[in-house]
Amino acid sequence: MNKNLLQTELCGMNLPTPIFAASGTFGFGEEFENFVDLKRLGGVMVKCITPKPRRGNDGVRITETPSGMLNCIGLENPGVETFLTKILPRIKDKMNVVVNVSGSSVEDYSELAKLLDVDGVAAIELNISCPNVKDGGIIFGTDERQAAKVTSAAKKFTSKPVIVKLSPNVTDITKIARACEESGADCLSLINTLMGMEINIHTWRPTLGNITGGLSGGAIKPVAVRMVWQVAQAVKIPIIGMGGIRSASDAAEFFLAGASAVAIGTANFSEPAITMKIADDLETYLQSHGLKNIRELVGKIMA
Amino acid sequence: MERIFDAEILSNEEVAEKIYRLTVDAPSLERNARAGQFVQVKISDEFTLRRPLGIASTISGHVKIFYRVVGRGTETLSTKKTGEHLNILGALGNGYSTREGKVLLVGGGMGLAPLLLAAEKFSADVLMGGRNQGEVLFWQEEFKPHADKIFITTDDGSYARKGFAVDLLPDILAAENYSAILTCGPEIMMRGVAKFAHEKNLPCEVSFERRMACGLGACLSCSIDTLNGRKKVCKDGPIFNAKEVFDYESDNTKS
Repeated sequence: MNKNLLQTELCGMNLPTPIFAASGTFGFGEEFENFVDLKRLGGVMVKCITPKPRRGNDGVRITETPSGMLNCIGLENPGVETFLTKILPRIKDKMNVVVNVSGSSVEDYSELAKLLDVDGVAAIELNISCPNVKDGGIIFGTDERQAAKVTSAAKKFTSKPVIVKLSPNVTDITKIARACEESGADCLSLINTLMGMEINIHTWRPTLGNITGGLSGGAIKPVAVRMVWQVAQAVKIPIIGMGGIRSASDAAEFFLAGASAVAIGTANFSEPAITMKIADDLETYLQSHGLKNIRELVGKIMA
Repeated sequence: MERIFDAEILSNEEVAEKIYRLTVDAPSLERNARAGQFVQVKISDEFTLRRPLGIASTISGHVKIFYRVVGRGTETLSTKKTGEHLNILGALGNGYSTREGKVLLVGGGMGLAPLLLAAEKFSADVLMGGRNQGEVLFWQEEFKPHADKIFITTDDGSYARKGFAVDLLPDILAAENYSAILTCGPEIMMRGVAKFAHEKNLPCEVSFERRMACGLGACLSCSIDTLNGRKKVCKDGPIFNAKEVFDYESDNTKS
């Protein structure tokens, strides 16, 4: 097979494949070493890092839903200092590390960008879309002025590509996308989870400890494809598409809609090796359509 | 080491109301699985997540798994027929520590599943508690070939001694010498067991249960507080030293 079929470039990064592992679903990458050739991934968006350690939410944190799941982990992580001293040195040579970060103020994002402007970090992804913590990034992800502020704040303090991860829980995602682009974002990733909820009819209480959670998995794919398509028409910077991708066919939809790369999230939970299968099947798909490289598929939807 | 494989179903039968014994052909687990470890079973493509289930027996590579039908996933699992295949990820988690000498296994309800494998691997007596006769009889049959003494309680008194398993513990510990207590079941039961073990200065390992998505330590659905900081039940556990997870001073669980 032609090894160059999936080779691509994104924000100056040369990638073996345009397939990433989505933040929060892949730990720090090492957890999947037995199942995945980590070097074959475009990169691993590691578990969200915040300025200080967070213990996450109490109570039940996940529940399965029709074709998906709700989660309210609440950004549990060891904090940026431990990440830099203990985790990054361990993982940096094993994969292309994209650090997903979240803060509760504009200054937090500047600080995180500055601290993470080090060897071993390929890019940073600004999480302005976690629906599960009150002081988390979603305040910045649902207001275009705030989104712009956070983006420029991070850009100013790092030499790395800055990816902004957008929330679908907004009226018009293209407005937020344009605001981030105008403030210097190098790339956009979308979508984060859709806010949802489940109620236990026997106890009359919410299933999740946090009451609400983020919906992910196959159920959200059509919403994600639609939003990637809308954003692709609104901005010139590249897009990493994600939301419910479970197969190469799902991934192909995102490329056609205008994504330059994709990220796989919830599907990793049930199929730890799914990213490799998607890469293999995507190569087969490209060949069956007589294409020589994945870039020939990007944005080719005929609509 | 954890890996993904397909295993043929050898049987899948109801052994008590809504409780099933699933047997699959998985020789690799006989070689590699430790008592206390679990597998992630894929029910079908219809479900987003696998289901974590304890490994109860591995003799001859015929791996037994017990489950209670509680939702759509386990209900679908209960309809699987002999000869069909199940996709399995495992073995996962740490497992009980290997012990010299005789251990006491204390289990409540479905918590007896991992202890059955412990009985196969270690010299052991077992103290079991269940809601009623139906929920302990099949366990008694399962443990008979592997445990020396079997002590039984039922919540409703329909079989053996009426009461909770932990009620029998003082007498058993007074009469026998054990090198450790291994327990699995409701947290309130395990805390009671751990307290007795602490008083007797016996090592005690407990098995925790939490909802899990990946089973690999990535999703953090199953994090708990311990004396040594946050731990993942799927990867750092499910077996923990009782002293690491129970706070005897305040009588509260750490988690």
